[in-house]
Amino acid sequence: MTMTVDKGQISRRGVLAGLGGMSFGLALGTDGVSLFGAAEANTQADAKVFNAWVRIAPNGTVTIYSAGAEMGQGSMTSLPMILAEEMDADWSKVAIEMAPADRNVYGYTFNNARDMAIVGSRAVMLYFNDLRTAGAQVRKVLLANAAEKWGVAAATLRTEPGFVVNPANGQRLSYGEIAAFGKIPSPLPTVAASELKPRKDWRLITKGVARRDTPLKVNGSAVYGMDVRLPGMVYATTLHAPAHTGVPQSWNDADIKKMPGVIGTVRLPNGVAIVAQHFEQAMAARNALKVTWNSGAAGSFNSEKALEDYVKVHHDANAQITNLEKKGDINAAFAGAAKITKAEFRSDYGYHAQMEPLNAVVRIADNGQSAEVWEGSQAPDATRDQVAKALGLKPEQVTMHQCYMGGGFGRRSLGDYAGECASIAKEVRRPVKLIWTREEDIAHGMFRPQSFQCVEAAQDASGKVVGWKHCVVGEGGVLLHTGIRIPYYDIPNQNIERRGVSHGIRLKHWRAVGHVFNVFAIESVVDEMAVAANMDPVEFRLQRMAATPKARKCFETVAQMCDWKAPRPAGRALGLSITERSGSLGAGVVEISLNRETGKIKVHKVWGAIDGGIIVTPAPAKANVESAIIYGLSSILHERVTMKDGAVQQTNFHDYELMRMSDLPEEMHVQFVDVETRPTGLGEIGNPFIAGAIANAVHRLTGKRLRHMPFTPERVLETLKA
Amino acid sequence: MISFTLNDKRVSVDSDPNTPLLWVIRDHVGLTGTKYGCGAGLCGACTVHLDGKAVRACQTQVSDVTNKKVVTIEGLSANSSHPLQKAWVALEVPQCGYCQSGQIMKAAELLKATPKPSRAQIVEHMDGNICRCGTYHKIIAAVEQASREG
Repeated sequence: MTMTVDKGQISRRGVLAGLGGMSFGLALGTDGVSLFGAAEANTQADAKVFNAWVRIAPNGTVTIYSAGAEMGQGSMTSLPMILAEEMDADWSKVAIEMAPADRNVYGYTFNNARDMAIVGSRAVMLYFNDLRTAGAQVRKVLLANAAEKWGVAAATLRTEPGFVVNPANGQRLSYGEIAAFGKIPSPLPTVAASELKPRKDWRLITKGVARRDTPLKVNGSAVYGMDVRLPGMVYATTLHAPAHTGVPQSWNDADIKKMPGVIGTVRLPNGVAIVAQHFEQAMAARNALKVTWNSGAAGSFNSEKALEDYVKVHHDANAQITNLEKKGDINAAFAGAAKITKAEFRSDYGYHAQMEPLNAVVRIADNGQSAEVWEGSQAPDATRDQVAKALGLKPEQVTMHQCYMGGGFGRRSLGDYAGECASIAKEVRRPVKLIWTREEDIAHGMFRPQSFQCVEAAQDASGKVVGWKHCVVGEGGVLLHTGIRIPYYDIPNQNIERRGVSHGIRLKHWRAVGHVFNVFAIESVVDEMAVAANMDPVEFRLQRMAATPKARKCFETVAQMCDWKAPRPAGRALGLSITERSGSLGAGVVEISLNRETGKIKVHKVWGAIDGGIIVTPAPAKANVESAIIYGLSSILHERVTMKDGAVQQTNFHDYELMRMSDLPEEMHVQFVDVETRPTGLGEIGNPFIAGAIANAVHRLTGKRLRHMPFTPERVLETLKA
Repeated sequence: MISFTLNDKRVSVDSDPNTPLLWVIRDHVGLTGTKYGCGAGLCGACTVHLDGKAVRACQTQVSDVTNKKVVTIEGLSANSSHPLQKAWVALEVPQCGYCQSGQIMKAAELLKATPKPSRAQIVEHMDGNICRCGTYHKIIAAVEQASREG
């Protein structure tokens, strides 16, 4: 094959730092894709390591490691920015590199463990204090070195972006100059919380900086796992068992191996991999595979039937119950209730549908004693572990090269397909790029669980809600019950529980996961009580649900934003809901209309009032909330996974429909409630209030209650007829 | 051997004539800005220009582009100078960014034929391109900005 397209050098460091003047394109050098440009590497060679996160070169370049796995949320940029703020770095001289996959050094602390997984909107929230401290530590070392050189006390000096300054005589030393002669003490100095920069002095935090990945994402130069190419690399794709518990028995191996370009087949625990010279050849062979499967426990699984069986579990006195909240005397609250409201809800499986199908590249050293993996991963440490496990190596023998992710939404935090790729590479003894086709990505997906729920609320004679029961039934453990607690309401007597079943279906975190269906149920019942009491839904929540002060602020803000009490055009109605997620609170209102012929709901306007603590980078923060709103609208109005005889019935975007531009609301307004508390999660908070808000708006418009999400046109029509 | 023009350069590949243009561009030639999203013409992530028209590279056989002109995101402009690319950066449109090559190529086709599109024209033209991060409102705003300033 001849190739006459210009090749430029691609620099991983350059790419991530967004340095200009580089000719982009993948370079096929003798050592494969050059992810590290030579020029950039030279400038870093004489850089001094200040702590685990920061190196400073004599030319003033400050290189900061980012643990913000970048899936679109922007934390690749915002995490180093937090550190740069405290060390008083000149942001224009900061280069960003992705942190090595070593959780002991670069992990945050969560539940008393170190972890690098960027999930549950944690990046800014959990790294905030650690990175400020690390930045302050570097600043302290810089000050100490300048003080020693000038023979003055460090306390008499101050910093400006990129410089240590002596106010007494105007002397200045740049950070680069200090790096050239500076000594790094061991151990490094400690930093007390009182030594951190006061908020009034922040230059970057709460103001934000331009995302470093943006320029690379408008000219095709951002490197996703999908884009990595190595010399001698071959392509693999897989066909997993249709049933999630399936195992391959035999297949038409001889026929497959005769196909053009096919190098070999590999038996996987749950499927078959094809390896070929080119990806299109691997795909063609995959389509020609005829496999006899042993389907296992999930082989007869029917999702719609299973969902109906959940109702029996709810009524089964012997069901396995996990209590999630027990408060007050629930029996007394219901026995003495003046009014009891009870409703049942259902929700279907949901698929992540990240735009970049799952993939990984693995290269094993000739001596088998080390390996490299390229993947866009929400949890680079987990990817390293999985590859090591597949190859019988220790994690430190595996180097993880973090790439950009074409979406994550919770799916990319296990490293499962990277481990699979390593197993294949071990068999074929070549560098391998594994790509799951879109069809595979859905068929062998890991889903937001389906659920059945029953909510019961007890009101006393004054109308106050005094008792709250919520039971969720399904598979998935914690995935099933996130968002089921109601810390934004102060209800004295509560009994919240999960009843587990087991089908062997692959389930996973999914942009707020359980919140989506649990909050739908919670806020639907609250709305039902408000309507029955003939009260304004906002007032009902404040007075009868004892909304907390933080929740009150969100409700009042969103009511003001949408001019809640103003009349709407004919055929339009508003609906309200609230949610918490990862420490944040969000109240949302939607304005909808409904086509009663087709059952199609049109969302015209969305308002969200979000309490996310200190907003570290305002533009990406808003973009995250807007993105989650759209994700919510798409999942609530369109998306549904069903399984029959153990197999997923949807195959691609024609039957798993995502929201398109024509369904975009005409207006979307997001406002942050100004608070002084530490930052909390913002990647998912815009999603869970959508379902309840839409269902409540539909009730206002039609007097009918939607009880089963998603709200597909067929379901809406059924509900209208009922 | 199949020869065509890719981003103003002549290329020749010896791949199977039925090979989707997508894989020829990405793997055989090595320009990876054009993305694989669905392989079925449903998402638009692989949108490129074929003799000036936006096409889905996953649905175009390489034999169909013989002696024709193909332009990918890498060839849209020198130094990201196309008005759309400038607007995309100014408004920070991309989030994960995976669909954005296709979005920009599709929008470029629109502005060439309709320099001052209405919002409705933008939506109609762009409706086949999925963005899972939901940047649709920013895409519309960026197309409008490019149309004003381009």
